[in-house]
Amino acid sequence: MLIKQASDILSSEITAESVYLRRRQLLKAAGVATLGAILSPPLKASEAVPGASGKLLPGVTRSPFSTDQQPNSWADVTGYNNYYEFGTGKADPARRARDFAPLPWTVKVGGECDKPGTYAYEDLVSRHRLEERIYRLRCVEAWSMIIPWVGIPLASIIERLQPNSDARFVNFRTLYDPDRMPGQRRRTLNWPYEEGLTMAEAMHPLTLIAVGLYGRELPNQNGAPMRLVVPWKYGFKSIKAIAEINFTRTQPRSSWQQATPSEYGFYANVNPEVPHPRWSQARERPIGAGLFAGKKPTLMFNGYGEQVASLYAGMDLRKNY
Amino acid sequence: MTPGSKAFYRLTKPVVLLAGLSPFILLVLRAFELTSPGLGANPIETLLHELGRWGLKFMLLTLAVTPLRRLTGWGWLLRFRRMLGLLAFFYILLHFTVYAVLDQSLDFSAIAEDIIKRPYITLGVLGLTLLLPLAATSTRGMMRRLGKRWQKLHRLVYVVAIAGSWHFYWQVKLDTLDSTVYALVLAVLLGYRVYAWRSQLNKQS
Repeated sequence: MLIKQASDILSSEITAESVYLRRRQLLKAAGVATLGAILSPPLKASEAVPGASGKLLPGVTRSPFSTDQQPNSWADVTGYNNYYEFGTGKADPARRARDFAPLPWTVKVGGECDKPGTYAYEDLVSRHRLEERIYRLRCVEAWSMIIPWVGIPLASIIERLQPNSDARFVNFRTLYDPDRMPGQRRRTLNWPYEEGLTMAEAMHPLTLIAVGLYGRELPNQNGAPMRLVVPWKYGFKSIKAIAEINFTRTQPRSSWQQATPSEYGFYANVNPEVPHPRWSQARERPIGAGLFAGKKPTLMFNGYGEQVASLYAGMDLRKNY
Repeated sequence: MTPGSKAFYRLTKPVVLLAGLSPFILLVLRAFELTSPGLGANPIETLLHELGRWGLKFMLLTLAVTPLRRLTGWGWLLRFRRMLGLLAFFYILLHFTVYAVLDQSLDFSAIAEDIIKRPYITLGVLGLTLLLPLAATSTRGMMRRLGKRWQKLHRLVYVVAIAGSWHFYWQVKLDTLDSTVYALVLAVLLGYRVYAWRSQLNKQS
């Protein structure tokens, strides 16, 4: 019997291999998340945070992916930021992003996908249930925080954009607008800020698009209105104020890679065994622990190894830093 | 009261000393949250950076005394040089103490690894080490005892300043603007000496 070659399958209808390979994990995560949403009481902690400001986000549910470690204070999370678009000092973003008006916001989507176009922020985000994800954050500068993000899995946004089978990477760009982002008037980095993930990393259930903090709208200095959070990678991978998403065949070059290729690689997974060329990554300073607390050991993949180590099976992590 | 008189020094020296110690006093107040802002989310980093910068600032002020004295003819400036140099030593020693005690919790193997493996820390420790004999021989008695050798020994300050400035430059993650300004000021101060030394050679020949 002659079986005719089907000619009407769009490349977008072919599930990307990275998604296919992770189907069980994705299903399981979706199940766990739904179950968590049903069982969990509404968040209350967010209302009682000293110093917190900004509109409370409605309908936020808890997530089984949250750590039970005590989050850093509102003052620490919103007062100590690396966000060079608003200056290179840690206190600059809080001061200089105060008047930044994130909304209205659009995200330009392009590259290897079937639903390219310009999406309004509300259109991308509001159709999804918001989850609180309390994650560890490990900065490449060897300090760390615990941060109660609110957001949605990046995977659920990507599914809707329908990347085709040629999409191997996702490339993100921050807004470029020196009038609104004064730090961009100096060429400290190659603006706009750029970051990238493999499709498998982007589709991983831990990977989050954050739109809130402590149950409230995301403060400007933390990357409003929407930013990436990839908790097993150094903080600089978690790009802020995302204005562009492109699906690509080739590996994107992140801004820090462009600035100093010998010091920053594409993967930037937290790894205590691979030092930064100028400092050790074996230990980290927990922010908020006081003058005499000392450092604590850094964990492989920032303690998320159980969930993500399989993404890098067989890879030489010294070479792919 | 004329510059250079006994009464002049009796009045100005304590004032300069107090001014020189005021950044330290302010840091102590901030550490105990007696002034706002405190030391911020990462107090150890704030202490390290502030103490290191003040150390370098006083180092540059010390090196500015000779050119300023020659250019203005104010001989009395020389009488403040030792105090400025000792203030530089004070801040740099505190900078290292905060690093060793608070940042590294006196973990000697971690400190040794840093000194061996991290070039910017190697340079910083080199600078501090060379500064120790200079501080130890800063008394009038030591000056007299060492005679001509004192001046030779204290030329080490040029090496210390270069090491310190380079240490700052290498430590910065990306934005080297501030550390470049310090290095440029140092280059001018050292350049003046090279210039003065060469024109003196020309006169002699």
